[in-house]
Parts: sequence; structure tokens; C-alpha cells
Amino acid sequence: MVETVASVELPINEKLEIRKQRIVPVSPLNGSEKRISVVTGTHGDELEGQYVCYELARRINENIGDLKGIVDIYPALNPLGIDSITRGIPGFDLDMNRIFPGSNDGSMAEYTAAKIVGDLKGSAACIDIHASNIFLTEIPQIRISEETAPTLVPLAKKMNVDFIWVHGAATVLEATLAHSLNSVGTPTLVVEMGVGMRITKAYGDKITDGIFCLMEELGIWDGEVIEPTEPIISSNPDDVSFINAPVSGIFLPDTAHCTMVKKGDKIGRIVDPLHSAVLEEITAPCDGLVFTIREYPVVDEGSLIARILGGVCR
Amino acid sequence: MKKTTVYELRTLYRDNMRVTGMEFGSGEKSAVIVGGIRGNEVQQVFTCAMLVKKLKELEADGRINAGKSILVVPVINSYSMNIEKRFWSTDNTDINRMFPGYDKGETTQRIAAGVFNAVTGYKYGVHFASNYIPGRFVPHIRIMKTGWEDAETAKDFGLPYVVMRDPRPYDTTTLHYNWQIWETKAYSLFTNQTESIDPDGADEAVKAVLNFLNARGIIRFDNHRGYISSFIEEKDMVSVKSNTAGIFRCFSDTLKTVKRGQALAEILDPLDGSVKAEVKSPVDGTVFFTQEKSFAHANAVLFKIIPSL
Repeated sequence: MVETVASVELPINEKLEIRKQRIVPVSPLNGSEKRISVVTGTHGDELEGQYVCYELARRINENIGDLKGIVDIYPALNPLGIDSITRGIPGFDLDMNRIFPGSNDGSMAEYTAAKIVGDLKGSAACIDIHASNIFLTEIPQIRISEETAPTLVPLAKKMNVDFIWVHGAATVLEATLAHSLNSVGTPTLVVEMGVGMRITKAYGDKITDGIFCLMEELGIWDGEVIEPTEPIISSNPDDVSFINAPVSGIFLPDTAHCTMVKKGDKIGRIVDPLHSAVLEEITAPCDGLVFTIREYPVVDEGSLIARILGGVCR
Repeated sequence: MKKTTVYELRTLYRDNMRVTGMEFGSGEKSAVIVGGIRGNEVQQVFTCAMLVKKLKELEADGRINAGKSILVVPVINSYSMNIEKRFWSTDNTDINRMFPGYDKGETTQRIAAGVFNAVTGYKYGVHFASNYIPGRFVPHIRIMKTGWEDAETAKDFGLPYVVMRDPRPYDTTTLHYNWQIWETKAYSLFTNQTESIDPDGADEAVKAVLNFLNARGIIRFDNHRGYISSFIEEKDMVSVKSNTAGIFRCFSDTLKTVKRGQALAEILDPLDGSVKAEVKSPVDGTVFFTQEKSFAHANAVLFKIIPSL
């Protein structure tokens, strides 16, 4: 059943509509069922969640008898952005994930944000799926702010991700959907995976498996589930090393994503095609797992090249 | 006047991006004025350029007070301005959401850090700012209430209004907010244009800054002192929103006094020209902001009104 969560009139012959698919058990609802919500598409250039939404609903519907709770799937919180390959909200130059919890009296963007939060509130869990942007590739991971870690880490461990990153609080992140929902008691996990503007099916399958594990944990799913991956959990800022481009140029990787490296191993080179010169050799600053790698070759001084999770043994 | 390079970024194929500062006087770091941080802030750059021109004249006349120095940085994001893009040319990030910056971080964090290093430590900081909603404002000073604000001195600009704003989470990475945290008294000056030049508006803004610098004992400048500023809390302004969408035909300009129930605009059906809605003022007051887009979305803020006392 498809329901409209928010509707706003656009100037010419069109409505902006935020819609969700609600899947309910075959047996009549008694009002005590738990609800899980899966949202994605806040950033119009992040498409990894599209496959998860499709695949999750497909698998549930194939085994609908195993569903014991309510599943709400919101594939496009920013439909204008997805349709126009725009990261933010087109026409407003706004990052939608910086306007939550929104306001019923606010502008179009704030109004839709408030409607979304109002609809998601009360879920037993919410999964907010992001891809990376077009510049970086990420392994499937869940990011949690440290103040919500005691509640969220046990849920995140069910999600079949390789890595749970518990990070420090930042005031600017208080305007995100996840922060807004966690603040009102709706546990919300932020998934990051893959790369912008693409779908990595293997990652999507992995996260879909994880959602079923979490649904089982919450009593929403009675069917077969996998044994979720035991994730690496990092809460020490020193665990993660950032490699930023020391010069501008073209980045050529010499290491694959999601591989173990030793300190001093080659990560890649920054070259200057005009002069056919290597401007900088990029090496690993520590032993560890390359969980983020540069995807987009053009780099400016400071562009993120890679992130390494140090001291990891696999 | 001494011209300095405040920050320089080398890239692969473009000329280096140079952030240039103009220094006047010498001694105590008294005041810093920053213009266009975003690539569409044409009026802000123009205003800064006009200010530099005036400060050069005042310096030649010996009207910069002894022991006082002023820094003007007219443009930060020249790379985006040159290609008509609002935010950073590659990753579309907003430099005015990166302060105080991080010199080992991403590109725009590094730019923000380099610029902040140059513009911090001054007693007063003025930023010619723009709003994310395109529109016309009554010229005003806006100050964030961080606990370190100095609202009283904002009257010295002599602009009609001083607007006090409670910061929201996304404000905490702006230049204004971080100036305050690092003990520079900060003022954002809004004029009524952004993407095109308005000479009258720029002239008013330049005079406002010179009035302020004069009142603070940094320069000697004889001018009409402007308005006796009224203070207003941003949250006390009344937003007038559209209840439908269509072509926006505006009747009311900024600073106009309006009565409750007075028509401010019409929303027209874009297909047949019929009036879908009349937009009326809900209060007696003064029009502070008008939207400038030709189309109105439903729920869009079309006007902000300062209610009459």
C-alpha cells in the first residue's frame, strides 16, 4: 500500500509528494505490532538505498506469512533531487539533511521535513541509508554519535555491516534526520556504503540481509535470516587515519578498496598529466583496513584520498 | 594601502586561487571586513570594492587614526565566482559552513582555516552576507545571540534595523558565529541585493561601515549618522506564506508600511492567468523582506513583516 507522507504544490502543474510503501502482515493488525522504517534518498545523488528498498519489499512479499510487524519503506525523501541528479533540494541549494526536524510553519523544505519526522516518529527502529558522495567509495558501515551509542550499537550489530563507527558529537549534525529522530526516542541508524550515483548490488544485498536480522530481533520477522557479520566497532578517534591530498592533481590508486595495508604501503599517486609528472606518492600512515578510497580522480589540495582503520586484524 | 595574499590554493589546471586582503593603517587589529564568501555574492564584492576605494581616499587624507589597522577581504571564493557557481567549484560545499576551518582537512576546510587565520584577532568583524532565500531585504545588521554578542554597538552603523537571531545548529560553522567565539565582535550586514550590483545599496552599506568605524574611533569620517536603529528579534517577525503555488506578482517593496488585510501580492495560475490567491498582510507593520523569485511554491515565505508596536 502506497501512502503519501507530504504533499506540496509546485508552481506549474505538479505536486511534490513524499511517499512510502507500507507492508503489513497477512493476519489482521491488533495494534501492538512493532514498526520498522527504512528511509533513503535524502541526498539526490545517493542511490545505493534504491536497491535495498526494492529488494527488501520483494523478499518480504515473497514470504509475507513471516511478517509479524509493519514495514514502512520511504525510497525518496528528496524526489526532486533524485530526478534531477541533484544532491540537495533543487532550486533551494539546501542540504536536506541539515533542515531536520523541520517546521510545519516553515518553507517547503522545512514543512516536508517536519511531515517526514512526524511520520517516522514512533518506529521501533529507523534505518537511514546513505551512499557516499561521487568522490569516495565506502564499505558498508553504520555511523553513530557517541551519546546514542549505548542504545544504537546493540541494534547496529544486527545489521550485517563490517564496521560501526562511533564518532564525537558535532553541533552542526543536530540538524540531521537521525539526530532529530534519536532525540525523540526513535532509534535511528545511519548506514553509509558504496559510492554516489551508482548501485553496488553486493552491498545492497548485505544490508538487506542485515535489515531482516534486525527485524527478527525486534519481533517483526519470523522467517529465515543469516548470521550477521561481527562488525569492527571503533569509538576511539585515533583508530581512524585520514589521508588528504597534499597537492592538487589526478589521483591514481595503487590499492584496492577494503584491503589491508601496512604502514608505508602505496595507496596511490597524484600525477600531473600536463607535465607527465608524479607530484606525490601517497603511502599508508599506519597498518589497517582501507575502508574509504577516493573514487573521483580529480583532487584539490585537501581532498580526501582514503581513510584507514588502524590496528585491524582479519 | 597594502595588498597581501591572505590565502593561496594551487590547483592542477587553473590559475592559483588567491584570496587578497587590503590593509589600511597600522597597529592594533581594529576592524576586518569580509565580502563574497559564496560565488553568487556579486553585490557583496561590489560593496567591498567601493569600501576599499573610500578607505584609500581616507587614508590619503590621514583619516585612519594612529595605531589602528583595518583589513578588507573583498572576495574569498573567486574560483566559484569566475565560473558562476554558488558553492565550491568541485564538491559544492559552502565555505561559510566550514569555519573555523581545519588546515589538515578537506579543501574548503583548509580555505576556511587559512582565511580565518587572517581575519581573526580583530576587535570588530563585519561580513557582507546574503540569505539562502533570494529576495530583497531592508538594509540591516544581523547579530547571532551566542552570549558574546555586542548588540549595542551595532547601532553605530546607522541602519534602520538590528536583527537579533538565535543561532541554529547550521549557524555554528559560519564566519559570524566563529568570530564571536574567538572574541571578535561580529556583525553581518545585509543589503537588498545579491546576484547583481545595486550602487545605491552599496553606497548605503559603505557609509554604514564608515559610520561604524568612525564611532569606534578607528577612522575620522564626517557623514549624516543615518537612522536610529530599531532592535528586533528575528523570531518576532511575521512570515507571510503562500497557501498555493503559481506565478508570484508582487505589489509591495521593502520598507513599505502596510495595514492588516492589505494585499501584498497575487499568486496567478500559470496556465490561464487567473488569480489563485491574494496574499494579504496579517498585521499592521513594515515589509522587511520580499521574495524575489517569479514563481511561488506552496508554503514559501513570500514576505516578512515587522509588526507595528
